[in-house]
Amino acid sequence: MGKSNSTTIDVDSLRSSIRDKSVRVIDIRKEEEYKQDHIPGSVNLPLATLLSDDSPEKIVQLVNSFGIDDETPVVVYDNTFGALASRVAWTLEYIGHSDVSLLDVTFDTWKKICLETTREINDYPKKEHSIKLRPEILATANYLETAKKKNGSILVDNRERLNYLEQHIPGAINIPYRMLSSSEKILKPKEELKRLFQNRNISSDSELVTYCGSVGTLSGLGYYALKKAEMGNTKLYVHSFKEWKSLEKPTETQESAHYWDLSAE
Amino acid sequence: MDHSKLDYSKSGKLSEIKINWAKPEEVETFAKTVKHYRQDKISHDDFRRFRLQHGAYGSRMTEDYSMVRIKIPAGEIHPRQLEKIADLSEYYSIGSAHVSTRQNIQLHWVILEDVSEVMRGLAEVGLTTREACGNTVRNVMCSPLANVCPNEEFDPTPYAIATAKFLLRNPLCQSLPRKFKINYTCCDDHGMARIADIGLIPQHKEIDGKIKKGFKVFLGGGLGNWSSVGYQLEEFTPEDDLLYTILAVIKLFDRLGNRKNMARNRLRYLVNEMGWEKFRSIFLKKRQVTRTTQSIIHKLDVDDTPQEYTPPVVSVETSSTPAGYSRWLKTNTLKQKQDGFRVVFLAFEAGDITSNHLRMIAQIAREFSAEGKIRNGFIQNMALRWVAESELSRLYSKLVEVGLAKTGALTMASPIGCTGTTSCNLAITNSHRLAKEIQRKFLELGLDNDEALQDSSIKISGCPNSCGQHEIATIGFYGGGGRSGKDMYPLYTMQLGGRADGEARLGATCIRMPAKRVIPAILKIIDVFKSERKQNETLSSWIQKIVEGKGETNVKSVRDIKNILEPLTKAPLIKEDKDFFMDYGIGESYHVKTGKGECAA
Ligand code: SF4
Repeated sequence: MGKSNSTTIDVDSLRSSIRDKSVRVIDIRKEEEYKQDHIPGSVNLPLATLLSDDSPEKIVQLVNSFGIDDETPVVVYDNTFGALASRVAWTLEYIGHSDVSLLDVTFDTWKKICLETTREINDYPKKEHSIKLRPEILATANYLETAKKKNGSILVDNRERLNYLEQHIPGAINIPYRMLSSSEKILKPKEELKRLFQNRNISSDSELVTYCGSVGTLSGLGYYALKKAEMGNTKLYVHSFKEWKSLEKPTETQESAHYWDLSAE
Repeated sequence: MDHSKLDYSKSGKLSEIKINWAKPEEVETFAKTVKHYRQDKISHDDFRRFRLQHGAYGSRMTEDYSMVRIKIPAGEIHPRQLEKIADLSEYYSIGSAHVSTRQNIQLHWVILEDVSEVMRGLAEVGLTTREACGNTVRNVMCSPLANVCPNEEFDPTPYAIATAKFLLRNPLCQSLPRKFKINYTCCDDHGMARIADIGLIPQHKEIDGKIKKGFKVFLGGGLGNWSSVGYQLEEFTPEDDLLYTILAVIKLFDRLGNRKNMARNRLRYLVNEMGWEKFRSIFLKKRQVTRTTQSIIHKLDVDDTPQEYTPPVVSVETSSTPAGYSRWLKTNTLKQKQDGFRVVFLAFEAGDITSNHLRMIAQIAREFSAEGKIRNGFIQNMALRWVAESELSRLYSKLVEVGLAKTGALTMASPIGCTGTTSCNLAITNSHRLAKEIQRKFLELGLDNDEALQDSSIKISGCPNSCGQHEIATIGFYGGGGRSGKDMYPLYTMQLGGRADGEARLGATCIRMPAKRVIPAILKIIDVFKSERKQNETLSSWIQKIVEGKGETNVKSVRDIKNILEPLTKAPLIKEDKDFFMDYGIGESYHVKTGKGECAA
């Protein structure tokens, strides 16, 4: 099964790990969707459940109840182009789990290629996971304010282009989450991602902070894209632009242009 | 329910991409050059020239973003190419793409460092941005009705494609005095032959008892500063002379064009400064020389192997057709010269289209068009050709279902609006949004369905530069700024009676109208027309009479219309009507702000 830094896992590897029972699969979709059908052996952790209380203590409780300890390889999937799964995977990393990866396709794709699903609900014996917080992968608003000056950090806004143009954290660059995926996979191949980032002058020794609109999902995907491309030291500003604005921190705008009127939405 | 769906993508034959316009090396070169520019290894001016040569304009008030212009020669585009553009618009742009008046497809607000990735994606499906901007030969246009137009003498498409192939990356065209535009049309009525540097209309002529193919060639037309209608070169330019003619014009322009003064260096200045007769005689000598000295035997590589069309299998109609079918049929479709087929036009708002709609159009083209591809039109729209009449109602149902059945595609209800302040550096007003507002109003009032208005047009530019082609509109507008006391407000100069067909003429200036009064002014003109018109007269023929000062009743001249509209122009106090002083779109109160032009049509 995947090593701690494999970021994504393909369907074939996942299926063989499921057969060996050497992996715990977490489905991030809503409970009703999970009950309909899911990947065999998976447990359900709707993102909303996690967000309702994402204190480390609560997360560890959940993780324990899924029968995950420090050594259990975990694979996360969703049906939202990997963004929700990324947020959960990052949370596990944050409490100190070192072997978590994202399934590289969505559940729809899994079904489209006719892979096995089940309605069977799984229960696993409870385990004990430790808490070893990794503050180095978390960014806060306070941290951001000085990060650019102090560490030369690159701030990455993963929202769509028009939202970014309208308003963003001063100095941030824009890498819309859609730029990271391909038509089949939640993330483009490693070499391609590397090239995209290098075009933008991001290198393996940059310090990077990703953020998005509200809860760190799109930017969670951004976090894993940077990780997959082996781009330096990456942090997630988990409370993202919503918090930034509510704190009335400064923002930047692309002025004097009516770009919204180009959208056909 | 047995819908015999046709999927040409599976047979592979008709949707095959035959021509590769791309050159993959250019992708790497572009990426490298951007890096060098950022590292100050090349000058700003050199970089700018290079960027334009590769189809990337700067955006409004910033060169960190580009508008990437994808050349679509002859407007022909394949489903796979549309799907690719859909992906690229989501990855690197704003999730919508824009169909331009010159049949290009544009992606806006692309980060300069990502432009090479857009080019890479395009190269995968044979498309290029090369020479889409800058002082080059721009996209070679061809009527969206070519090969299906009932008036046409023969199909100009293979000639347009051959011309584009011959000129793209041709050393001759890398550093012209200014941009150069070539338009092929099907016939006198449908097209832009008279407002291009070179305009061409196919025609047959009997010579020595044999029917010969050739063209009616127009030179030196164009819109913008010093707009002019092109001069017809000679009665008949035989097919064999086509390449020599094009080459000789470009060479003359290259040699004699005014390189010193950017503002006066389109071909039309040269022609007008010299006088047409003099230009023509120099040209004829030049063509003679070109004919005899061309070292290699140049011939346009015209591929006119007849295309095959598989008529769709008639499907059994089971569901009923949604409401609005006859209105759509009337305002969005035309009969082809081939029995049993129609051309279906898709109307967008000012040419903007979402990535999802691009994907749906690709699917629909595969399923419904017997040629399995799309043609971009002349008015920021797309045409789906070779649709069997028996399939029309099913197609309409499908379009309604996916939200692509907007009516009025071929009527005054689909105005053209250039990019204006949404992305253009020179813009003074938000012409783009105004076009959308007018369209919404017209559709709401059902004016698209009004036969008296159908052959009229509305075209809007955000500054005097004419990318929105206001001079050839029945009612045209270009943006400017007005002032009331110390407060600025956006306004448009209105022009009347322009047209680009066989009787091409430029619109006559009528009045300066505040932006927020443009819609009431148009509706007022329609009202007056309705009360004044003679039986069966259309708005465009009525306006034609007035522009010529031949109005027969109360309204006799442009001045009379001006007087009628005058009351609308009065500026209110800012505290009474703040909206009057704001342009359309989100924004602060109005002030004119422009940057350096790269001219984004
Ligand atoms: S330069 Fe062209 S695109 Fe820009 S505002 Fe003027 S007419 Fe419109």
